[in-house]
Amino acid sequence: MEIDEVSTSSANAAEIPSVPVRRGRSKAIYQFTQQNLPACKPVLTPTWVITIFFAVGTIFIPIGLFSLQVSQSVLEIVDRYDAECVPPSFRSNKLAYIKDSSIPKNCSRYLKVNKDMKAPIYIYYQLDNYYQNHRRYVKSRSDKQLLYGLKYNDTSTCSPEDATNGLPIVPCGLIAWSLFNDTYSFFRGTDALKVNRKNIAWESDRNHKFGKHVYPFNFQNGSLIGGAHLDPTIPLSDQEDLIVWMRTAALPSFRKLYGRIEEDLHANDILEVKLLNNYNTYSFGGRKKLVLSTSSWLGGHNNFIGIAYISIGSFFIFIALVFMLLHVKNPRPYGDTTNLSWTWKGISS
Amino acid sequence: MVLLSTSDPSGIAYIQTMNLDGESNLKTRYARQETNKLVLDGTIFSGVITCEQPNRNIYEFTANLEIKGQRFPLSQSNIILRGCQLKNTESAIGIVVYAGQETKAMLNSAMSPAKRSRLETYMNRETLWLSVFLLIMCLVVAIGMGLWLNRHKSQLDTLPYYRKIYFEKKKFGKKYKYYGIPMETFFSFLSSIIVFQIMIPISLYITMELVRLGQSYFMIGDRHMYDSNSKSRFQCRSLNINEDLGQIRYVFSDKTGTLTENKMEFRKASVWGKHYGSTLSVDGSRDTNIGAEDVLEGRRKWKLKSEITPDFELLKLLHKDLSGEERIAAHEFFLTLAACNTVVPIPTQSPSSSDTDTTLGASYGIINYQGESPDEQALVSAASAYGYTLFERTSGHIVVDVNGEKLRLDVLGLHEFDSVRKRMSVVIRFPNDTVKVLVKGADTSMFSILKKDHPDDDHTKHATQSHLNEYSSEGLRTLVVASRDLTGEELVEWQCMYEDASTSLTDRSIKLRQTAALIECDLTLLGATAIEDKLQEGVPEAIESLRQAGIKVWVLTGDKQETAISIGLSCKLLTADMEQIIINGNSESECRKLLCDAKAKFCVKSANSSDQIAKWIKNTESDYLEIPLGTKLSSLQQQHAGQEEGASFGPLALIIDGNSLVYILEKDLESELFDLATSCRVVLCCRVAPLQKAGIVDLIKCRSDDMTLAIGDGANDVSMIQMADVGVGICGQEGRQAVMASDFAMGQFRFLKRLLLVHGHWNYQRIGYLVLYNFYRNAVFVLMLFWYILFTAFSTTSALTDWSSVFYSVLYTSLPTIVVGIMDKDLSHKTLLKYPKLYAAGHRQESYNMSLFWITMLDMLWQSLVLFYVPLFTYRNSSIDIWSMGSLWTIAVVILVNMHLAMDIQRWVFITHMSLWGSIIVTYGCMVVLDSIPVFPNYGTIFHLAKSPAYWLSILLIIVVGLLPRFVLKVLQQIFWPSDIQIAREAEILRKRRRFFGPKPDQISS
Repeated sequence: MEIDEVSTSSANAAEIPSVPVRRGRSKAIYQFTQQNLPACKPVLTPTWVITIFFAVGTIFIPIGLFSLQVSQSVLEIVDRYDAECVPPSFRSNKLAYIKDSSIPKNCSRYLKVNKDMKAPIYIYYQLDNYYQNHRRYVKSRSDKQLLYGLKYNDTSTCSPEDATNGLPIVPCGLIAWSLFNDTYSFFRGTDALKVNRKNIAWESDRNHKFGKHVYPFNFQNGSLIGGAHLDPTIPLSDQEDLIVWMRTAALPSFRKLYGRIEEDLHANDILEVKLLNNYNTYSFGGRKKLVLSTSSWLGGHNNFIGIAYISIGSFFIFIALVFMLLHVKNPRPYGDTTNLSWTWKGISS
Repeated sequence: MVLLSTSDPSGIAYIQTMNLDGESNLKTRYARQETNKLVLDGTIFSGVITCEQPNRNIYEFTANLEIKGQRFPLSQSNIILRGCQLKNTESAIGIVVYAGQETKAMLNSAMSPAKRSRLETYMNRETLWLSVFLLIMCLVVAIGMGLWLNRHKSQLDTLPYYRKIYFEKKKFGKKYKYYGIPMETFFSFLSSIIVFQIMIPISLYITMELVRLGQSYFMIGDRHMYDSNSKSRFQCRSLNINEDLGQIRYVFSDKTGTLTENKMEFRKASVWGKHYGSTLSVDGSRDTNIGAEDVLEGRRKWKLKSEITPDFELLKLLHKDLSGEERIAAHEFFLTLAACNTVVPIPTQSPSSSDTDTTLGASYGIINYQGESPDEQALVSAASAYGYTLFERTSGHIVVDVNGEKLRLDVLGLHEFDSVRKRMSVVIRFPNDTVKVLVKGADTSMFSILKKDHPDDDHTKHATQSHLNEYSSEGLRTLVVASRDLTGEELVEWQCMYEDASTSLTDRSIKLRQTAALIECDLTLLGATAIEDKLQEGVPEAIESLRQAGIKVWVLTGDKQETAISIGLSCKLLTADMEQIIINGNSESECRKLLCDAKAKFCVKSANSSDQIAKWIKNTESDYLEIPLGTKLSSLQQQHAGQEEGASFGPLALIIDGNSLVYILEKDLESELFDLATSCRVVLCCRVAPLQKAGIVDLIKCRSDDMTLAIGDGANDVSMIQMADVGVGICGQEGRQAVMASDFAMGQFRFLKRLLLVHGHWNYQRIGYLVLYNFYRNAVFVLMLFWYILFTAFSTTSALTDWSSVFYSVLYTSLPTIVVGIMDKDLSHKTLLKYPKLYAAGHRQESYNMSLFWITMLDMLWQSLVLFYVPLFTYRNSSIDIWSMGSLWTIAVVILVNMHLAMDIQRWVFITHMSLWGSIIVTYGCMVVLDSIPVFPNYGTIFHLAKSPAYWLSILLIIVVGLLPRFVLKVLQQIFWPSDIQIAREAEILRKRRRFFGPKPDQISS
């Protein structure tokens, strides 16, 4: 690509003798008004095209390989439990099971560790077919109330979960109301694995977004219980499950961080997960999964970036080769004015 | 207004009709002698005027005046039209016959139509397509919503993310914002329209206005279009048709003041068979003549308004004593020039008001010549330059200042110029009682009445003849000057007849003609003059360039046919090898016949049958040998032969006059004219009225898709300027009306070349790209939102924050488009002027057409899919929240569309860099600000995201994958199907590069 040096002065001066050679600022202004500013005018010559393709290809392939390797190193255990945790007698009517609070919701799952997993191991719950991104749902919150508590009265956005028994609800809205309330505890053999449930929410949210002096009030007091209860003695800024939940997911199938196991797991360990299957996804056919995953700088186990980079990189190299071949076989003289259409039209006719 | 009387006892009024037909010379109008006398006597009288219905024809008027039972005919020469200016006449009294809307001037003015650029019309068509897309998308969302609701009908009450009813005691069972499935579907349709409405680029209209404003700024500032004579810059008076300048197919030009400067200049003379003025060049002669002028100046009291530099040789001759044939001939020659005319000298004593030569004018009075024809003015001025200054003119005598001596000549009679005789003569009595007839006229009419027997004259005649041929081949207008002594008997006889003829009521003109014939014979040839109707600077070159660019130049003028043709020749519009078709019929049938003849002769196909013939020809060419089909083939061959013959005729030129146009434009001959005119290289229309000019423009506008441009300088061009797609006004001497009505105004005709070829081309390229890019920019954003909505149970959730959605087209991406729309240049002006044919890119609609629109839309579809799915796959099964995703999409789409623009920018100046990269930085800045406000749900998102490499990697992936097809297509197109512009651009840049790196003979191609 070409830096076009100021080469207009001579020709212009010949045409308009009245314009004196200008200096500095006024010259720049003159060039500006005459649309003659020094400019870079890129031309896609074959050299440039092939170089670009090669360059992109050679950058992309290593990135792709590295990313793929990183994401492959991430280990993941996924266990869907929503169906199995329903007692066999209720299999045909899961709704009755989940709605009846007298039935114990305990459930045990056994997970086999295939490979060594280094701490920290992240515990996620995954919900499928759960439209946390539904417009009605996303809007159903009051960020001001989360920050200022009862001092902030206007909670109309939270309807129909803005008030119960004539009193406002803190935190209000459908999102808070439907807080996930399955719990998990992990045992290796008989030892309970320590699960760290602190610092699972974003630090910025904890420090600035959720009030340090805002306590849950009148929460889940209605006739329809949507999900978890909150301890009214703990301020919202410390209710990390709520904070995580309130960062509504982008897609209808999503994971939320539950906690961290800060011990290494070894291959062939059998983990027992004792869980309380409280949360009602049965009414709308949602699925629940428990996910244990290590982590990397690229995030979770996802090969997409790696594969995409490798394939795009290779495609670029391929195109570069094709263009090279085309150019060698069939070179077009660049900037040859005899190729202008009216000239060859004149010759042909 | 019918003239009744004027301040002049003979009832003459001089008027200027510049506002009506663009001619700036004086015309004479007469009051009827009968009424004039009555008014002058102060008698009160009554009468009846019967006149025709108001009409548009400004060259005709028929009426009768009835006073005391006597009927007088009134004609064109008895009326003064609205818009005329009275000159050299103190007062005039008349009766108004047409008033208000019925005046000819008003009937000739057309309503100024609102102009809209062609590209904008196309753009609106594409906007309709976008509306269709929008509707489809909204319908998909609405129907999806309906189906989804239907499927989940039983769950909606308690569905955690929908919950349509209250469970609070007071309102128990009440529905919350739920109005049944059909209504919900409808609401979702409405809300999706709100979300997707940005698809219809309202902002594009604003952007376009801003871009045009910027373009206009540069056009106005262009030094090459600055007229240093009149100190007038280019003016953009209309802001919405800049891009039309790049697609002009027809240029309709006025002649006077537009092509020509409307200044006649006496250039050459042939006196007594001797040629003067061949070496006369304006600059050179001035130095050599200083001595002669000094001699002159002592005697000359009157300073002329126009400056003519006399020929030295001729001056020398004139300063000899009055003896010898040649000297006397020269004397009479200039006397004729000074006397034989109808020019009125107006001495002005205010030299400071004159701008010609104040140093000399300070001490002398200035004579301003005003006359009916600019030719005569030029001749009188010339005579004055040689010392024969016309000083005073009354109806009885004239005073000529001959080298300081005042010569009073009695004018016995005057035969005015008429189109049959093509000459004019004046009979004057010298102070020494000799009587002479001084005649000047067109060469064809003069040579036949010259004295035949004299052998000496033969020599002069031949010499003059050859000089005349020489002059006319140079495009000069020639006149032959001759004189004759009258004997006493002849004079008496003539005087009798003249008296009789000039007072006769019937057939006056015929009688006068007969009288003239009596004395206009056996003339002695004195010489010939050549006058240049001075063309504006650079006109022939400009016309040549325009023609090369594929633009047809038509000249519409109010002038006579001969004048029009001579101007056509001198500005290279007509060339010698052209076949001239002249149409001047006086009735419909005559016009029809002439048109048909011309068509038949030159085998002009009519539009509807041209396809057929083309097909036949194809058949004959391909199947010539195989299918001898008897009669049919023979006819085909005839057709074919005719076709070839037509081609061998060379370029055609059509010359048509106003009278024929009256019949043609009003009758059904329009299509015939159109067929004929469009197949001609050049069309000259003479003697056209203002509205006919508009009619011709309209003819082309209605019958073809081609863009038209009208250029003119006078009030008579206003309707044409308003009618054409683009109207250009010349800021000339003829007032401001044309400029006021125009879309663009400039100082000189030659700027038209630069306006069209350079600025028109640039503007067209820029706006074309701008529109496509804006369509793409908004559509890709909307489609990205649309894909997401399919993943949110059709609930029109936007992952982007509200602010980002608003800022997207206003702040994040608007500035680069405007800058590129104003500043981008594909080719330098030098290249564009060097290859005028590059202009054809606009004719072929290369920058904006349907297929480009659809290609852009396909590209847009791909890019939106990449935009949506790359983050989707990257963050599949992860804990990403909706605002992080939205943030990623926002920045990705902003960078993507800006990179897309960057890829297409042809010329990077620092402003482009600043706006483009600045926009991306501003976007980041805005996101940082928006994510720093705790009460927004998206608080802290960008800080969290920026820490993750996956975020950056997915942005890079989106850009590269998104732009890949476009880039590959671009490269492929450049390698295999390079456009003319592409090649010219490469040539320009590579040439520069080669010069920059030193001379390298070989092509840099690998």
